[in-house]
Order: sequence, then C-alpha cells, then structure tokens
Amino acid sequence: MDGIESHEFDVVVIGAGGAGLRAAIEAKQRGLRTAVVCKSLLGKAHTVMAEGGVAAAMGNIYPEDNWQVHFRDTMRGGKMLNNWRMAQLHAQEAPDRVEELEAWGALFDRTKDGRILQRDFGGHRYARLAHVGDRTGLEMIRTLQQKAVSMDIEVFMECKVLRLLTDSDGRVSAAVGYWRPTGEFVLFTGKAFVLSSGGIGKSWKYTSNSWESTGDGHAMALWVGADLIDMEAVQFHPTGMVWPLSVRGLLVTEGVRGDGGVLLNSEGKRFMFDYVAPMFRAETAETDEEADRWYEDHSAGRRPPDLLPRDEVARSINTEVKAGRGSPHGGVFLDIANRRSPEYIRRRLPSMYHQFMELAGVDITAEAMEVGPTCHYMMGGVRVDADTEAAAVPGLFAAGEVAGGMHGANRLGGNSLSDLLVFGRRAGMGASDYAEGRTGTPTVNDSEVQAISKEALDPFEREEGENPYDVQHDLWETMQSLVGIIRTGPELDEALEQLDTLRERTAKLAIKGPRVYNPGWNLATDLPAMLTVSRCVTLGARERKESRGGHTRDDYPEADPELGKVNFVLSQPAGGGVEGEIKVTPEPILVLPDDLKALFEESH
Amino acid sequence: MADDIVMQVWRGDETGGDFQAFTLPAQEGEVVLDVIHRIQATEAPDLACRWNCKAGKCGSCSAEINGLPRLMCMTRMDQLPEGEEVVVAPMRTFPIIRDLVTDVSFNFEVAKAVPAFLPGPPPEGGYRMQQEDIERGQEFRKCIECFMCQNVCHVIRDHEENKPHYAGPRFFIRYAELEMHPLDTNDRRELLRQQAGLGLCNITKCCTEVCPEHIKITDNAIIPLKERVVDSSYDPAAWLGRKILRRKKKTPAEAEAAG
Repeated sequence: MDGIESHEFDVVVIGAGGAGLRAAIEAKQRGLRTAVVCKSLLGKAHTVMAEGGVAAAMGNIYPEDNWQVHFRDTMRGGKMLNNWRMAQLHAQEAPDRVEELEAWGALFDRTKDGRILQRDFGGHRYARLAHVGDRTGLEMIRTLQQKAVSMDIEVFMECKVLRLLTDSDGRVSAAVGYWRPTGEFVLFTGKAFVLSSGGIGKSWKYTSNSWESTGDGHAMALWVGADLIDMEAVQFHPTGMVWPLSVRGLLVTEGVRGDGGVLLNSEGKRFMFDYVAPMFRAETAETDEEADRWYEDHSAGRRPPDLLPRDEVARSINTEVKAGRGSPHGGVFLDIANRRSPEYIRRRLPSMYHQFMELAGVDITAEAMEVGPTCHYMMGGVRVDADTEAAAVPGLFAAGEVAGGMHGANRLGGNSLSDLLVFGRRAGMGASDYAEGRTGTPTVNDSEVQAISKEALDPFEREEGENPYDVQHDLWETMQSLVGIIRTGPELDEALEQLDTLRERTAKLAIKGPRVYNPGWNLATDLPAMLTVSRCVTLGARERKESRGGHTRDDYPEADPELGKVNFVLSQPAGGGVEGEIKVTPEPILVLPDDLKALFEESH
Repeated sequence: MADDIVMQVWRGDETGGDFQAFTLPAQEGEVVLDVIHRIQATEAPDLACRWNCKAGKCGSCSAEINGLPRLMCMTRMDQLPEGEEVVVAPMRTFPIIRDLVTDVSFNFEVAKAVPAFLPGPPPEGGYRMQQEDIERGQEFRKCIECFMCQNVCHVIRDHEENKPHYAGPRFFIRYAELEMHPLDTNDRRELLRQQAGLGLCNITKCCTEVCPEHIKITDNAIIPLKERVVDSSYDPAAWLGRKILRRKKKTPAEAEAAG
C-alpha cells in the first residue's frame, strides 16, 4: 500500500527466539521466502537466558530412559492437563532435534565416551538435560542464529509487530509493525504467519523475564480470532534471586539443585522433605542420606525432594517464608557451597557463580544463596493443532512459549528448550504446507493499516496524559499482589477492576520526544497486549476453582478431579482488540489413548 | 545510602548531542542500568537505551561508563568512585542512533561473511567428541555479542575505512572456534588473511581486557589463528605438503561446491 514500507513473503515468523528461528530454518529449507521479525537484535531473545539444558530422552547416561518415560514425566508434571499428543511428539522428537543442533555446530558438554552429557533436573526421572554448563540457552540461540544467517534468512531486527490482519476470507494475511530505530511503520504481507513471540512475565513485578515478554503474540492471536487455553497456568520458578532488590526475580538455575544444591530454611532444615505430595511420594527420598545417595547412582536411592516439579517447590518456599522461617531478605537458602567443591561449582555453574559474585557480592562456593519464587514461564497460550501448530484462524501458527497445551498446568525444567525445537520445526512445516497450498496474493485493507498506525501514534498527539511507566508500574503491583503465586476469588475480582482502570489510563497515554528509538513510546505500544494478557490470566484463574500446577487458589486448595477434565478456552467472539469482551469456556481435555494411559498404571 | 547520585548521560543523535545531568537518590544494590531505568520512568521516558536480560547474558546494554566499555547491567553503582559523577556514553565505534543506542549492524554484516560450520557425515551412533577437544571452542562460544571488543579495537575505532575489510575480535573468535572444531571440514585461513584482515590486528589485547565473559581473545584465538594463517601461507614445507598430500580441509569455495 502507499506511504508505508511493505514486504511480501511466503512465511513470516514473529519472534527470533529458539522456536522462531527453528521455524524459519524449516520454511527456508523448503525453499519458501521467509522472514523473521523481532523486537530486539538477533541473538538477544529470551531463549538466551535459559540455563539448565534441553530435555531429551537420549539415554546417554541412563540407557533405560526413553520417550515413554519422558512423556510420563511431562504429563505428571503438567498435572495431566497437557495436550497429550504434543507431549508425545515432544518426547519422541526431542533427541533428534538435539543431535541436529550438534550437526549445526553446537558444542554440548560431553560424557567420558564422547557423547552428549545429560544432567538431572526437577521432575525428570533420569538425567536427561543436554547442556553447556549453565548457559545452554546461549548455545542454542547462537547455533540457530548462525544456521539462519548461513541460509540467508531475512531478519527484521528491532521491529515491533502491533497487529495481525486478515483478508476477506478470514485468513491471516499481514502484520503491521514499526521499526524501533526509526519509528516508521512497516507492513509484512504473507501466506502464513508463525507466532513465536515468547511469554508474558513482564506484567509481574518480580520476574525472570526481560522487557520483551509482554505477551504480544498471545494478545495478537486473541484479537485476530484465535483461542487461548490454560491462561491461568503461570509458572513461578522456585529459585529467583531475592537480593539486591534491583535484581529481585533474576533466575537461579534449577541446575544448582540438579548438581547437588539443597534448599534450607532459617533453622538450617532441609524443609522439602515436609512437602512431598502423595503423587510423588513413592519415588521421593525420605531421608538426607537416601537423597544424597541418589546423586551418585539413581538406583541407590530415591530422588531428593528438592527436585520435585517447580510448582511444588515454589509453593513450599512460599509457605516456609510465610511461617517465618525465611532468609533475611524474604527467601530461603539454596546451599551448594557445603555440598560440592569450589572447582566443581565453578565448572558446572559458571554463570551463577559470576551472577552472584558480581551482582550480590556473594561467593556461592563459600556461602548459601538467598532465593524465592519469581514469575518465569507461561504454560497457557494459543490453542494449536498438535501436529501442525495451526491456530484456530487460517494462516496462523504458534510455537514455543506463546503456544499452549504442551506443558499443561506446569512445565518441567528443560522441557522448554526442547519444546522450542520440536514445535518450532513443526510450525515451520505446518506454515510451509499452508503457504504452498494457499491460492491468490494475500490482500490487506488499507484503512485497517491506517487505523492501527494512527492508534499507535495517538500518544504523541496528547499534550498532557499518563506516563506509560506509571501505568506499567501499577500493572506490576496489581498482578504481583492479586494474581501472583497464591490466588483467591475476591482478589481476582479486585484485579479485574484494577485492570479496567489501567485500560482507561492506557487510552490517555502521552509521549514526548521523537519516534526514533523512544522507549516510552515502545512501552506505550506494548501495554495493550500486556493488559489483554493480564486480563486473560485473571479470568482463567477465576474460573479454575481448584489448585493445579502453577495455579494455586487459597480458597480452593485441593485439586478437583472434575476440573482436571477441562481446559479453559478464552476467545473474543466479537473482536474488538484490547477493548473487546473476552469469553471463557470450559472444554473437555483431549482423551488419552489406552496405550499411553497404560504408562501411568505401571508400577515404578 | 541517603546520598544523591549524579549521572551524566549522553543525549543526542547522529547530528550531535551533549551530556545531560540527572540527579537521583541512591538506592542499595543498584547497577548503572537500574539508574537509567529510573531516569526513564521519571524524568526522561524517551531516553534511548538498549537492554534485554539485565543479567549479563545477552550483551545488549554495552556502553562507555566513565570512559570504560562495560555492560550497564553488570556495573554496580557502589563499585564506581563514591561521590563522583557517573558518566555514561554510547559505544564510540558505531554510528549513533539515539542517546545510548548505536547502530551495530556492521557486526551482523560481518557475521554473514563467515563460512558456515561444515561437519562430515555422522558416523554410526552419532558424532563423538572429547570434552578436552571442545573446551577451547566452548570458551569462544561464551561470547554474548556485546560487541565491546569491536568497540575498543583500534583497527576500526579510529579508522572507519578499515571496516569493509576487517572482521574484528568478536569474529576472530568465531573463526577460531570453527577452525578448532573437531568436526569441521571447512578451511577459512585464506579468507582470514585477506577479506577478514587478520593481519591488521597488532595484538594490543584491548579486546581481551574488556570482554565481560573473560574470553582470552588475543592469546587463545587471534594469536593461534595468525600462526595457522602464516603456516598455510608462507611455510614452504606446508606448501609442498599441500601439493603432494591430499588436503584435509577445503577452501570455502570448494566446500560450497561440495554442498
């Protein structure tokens, strides 16, 4: 269209983390014109922060590991709310995806016989995480980035997508965005669009997520007519830094516990022994001695309770702190200094050593860390077909954190990086198939494009108005205090009221300065998605009147078997963008086939 | 901790600019990026600054703090001279976009010129590599692409004209990593000598000094690469060997032709 920079592709991928890059590689290998559009520079996406590893049942350490065991661990970790087919594909295909990375140049840590080393992690029965020290995400994103660059995939960096557009047949046909370095608008038309925009954590005050995690893809999918599921399922990682305040929420890898670290309260007690749920009792150690034997040999003892799934550990820490047994800065202690040698710690956990030394002045080889729960990961997201990652709207696909279903009510550590690879590839295949079969040139309605750009620029027109940073700050307070790790009905109702007020304030934002690299304006354009997604989480949390996985209701502390049979689906039947009404509908979960059901009946 | 801090932040664009002073109350445990964020949230919402992880893992927030290239997210305020103004400026080697944000696209262009990793076909049961054989490569792959080594490299910091034919320290470690990869079959030595300008580096180690990942760029990557390139270009025995014996490594062009 006139007056706006436009580009035409077959497949447009929005987001350049692990899932997006893997999807783009697939589409490009198919010979399709492929673009990647991302809010930051290439290689800076949130995948870079993943630490512990990629979960894949390669069986390099424990040959008895296989996809069935990984599948079962994943489903149990997700409290059986998962899309079983996604969990199955994930467990089956993850080993191939890891080996593929190696063929593209990744250098994973090795076993003595030269194969890929695997480490223990919470909720995984066997040592299963392929890793590079505690910087696995960096290795993964660099490998995919370098592969994508070598294939000449076009990357549009520091480009924020505002909205998706459909053609008259309801197929997604375009994405409208702007270049952050210039503030100029840009239009991407395409035959298929892959959302790989990551998570939503930046709506909470204490989060491990970067500024980018504003739920853009979740919101844009909803606005264009796709369904979201399980939006109440937000993961609070049990171990974030709690001090200094300026880094509160920054992640401390689960690898610390996988490599021998233990959680202690202010009395020096290894408290996780008191919090083993019946579902995990049969396979969890009962004494320190038994737990310690397990690290050496998994057949010599049962798993330490410190390595229960993340939701269990996060809730337990929360309870200890509330009971007055917390650390000086409101967390608990994570101790590896008294359990492993300084050399071992520095070799296995170099980033953690560095992070605590530089930011908190704490030497983790000599003293314990203070840790507490931090908003970390969104299990819920765009409802997709398990095999193709197609959303409910034709032409739209989603993979990675923005997609829902794979992890159910709680994600196991290490399953995120493998999710990105398995479903990034599948989304690339699904989008390529769709693009190849799509007839006609994608069309756009010029007036819609104009309306979107005008709306984005409105804040520059107001002389006086709200500072976007103030609105963001108040959103953080709302979500942290009312839609946090422990929720209640009245607080969720209050959150909805506050979100209404925040939405009104967002309509009155005022921005000063130029359009060129203006962070205040950039935040103003992120806020609509943050508010939509925060509303979805709150609505979902209100409907799920039980406690399951990452979602804990103080007024309904137990799991309800009936609610375990449904996913809550959110949609915007009447459209309307950030102003539109969001409908919540319970729908039955996909029924597990008998052969997979049998896996849960075996004794272990 | 009740004292105020004064931060001088460079504001401007490609046409020019100047330092602007901001005075804020000090807060415990803050890094420079926290202060920048507080300035954005209050006095100057349009203050341009690039950042992502705020944990020293993504390499986005490089700047020159009191004249030294550092990551803003890993520079604690309490480790800077007490009671003195803190001066924050953009990296000098790259064109300014606005305020603290520079145009680092030069680096992404250089990356495109690196011939890709090219392993042989996997043997039965997959590739095997020993930990000791990949440790050097892993050291180089710790790079977070903050581009501070590029920023301080004299070859391009003061000589814009060198940019078209100089890859810079970040990419010398990339080349070194590939050259030392146990499975790689590509040969990039001639490319390094000519297009990548390895010979222009005069080993002042400025890059190594600023690396936030403490990668020994000069000692472990650049010097060994220089030796390899020299060996392949000027060693008569090696020259004769290449003539007589089948070479193990291909040139990029040959590798491309071989698929």
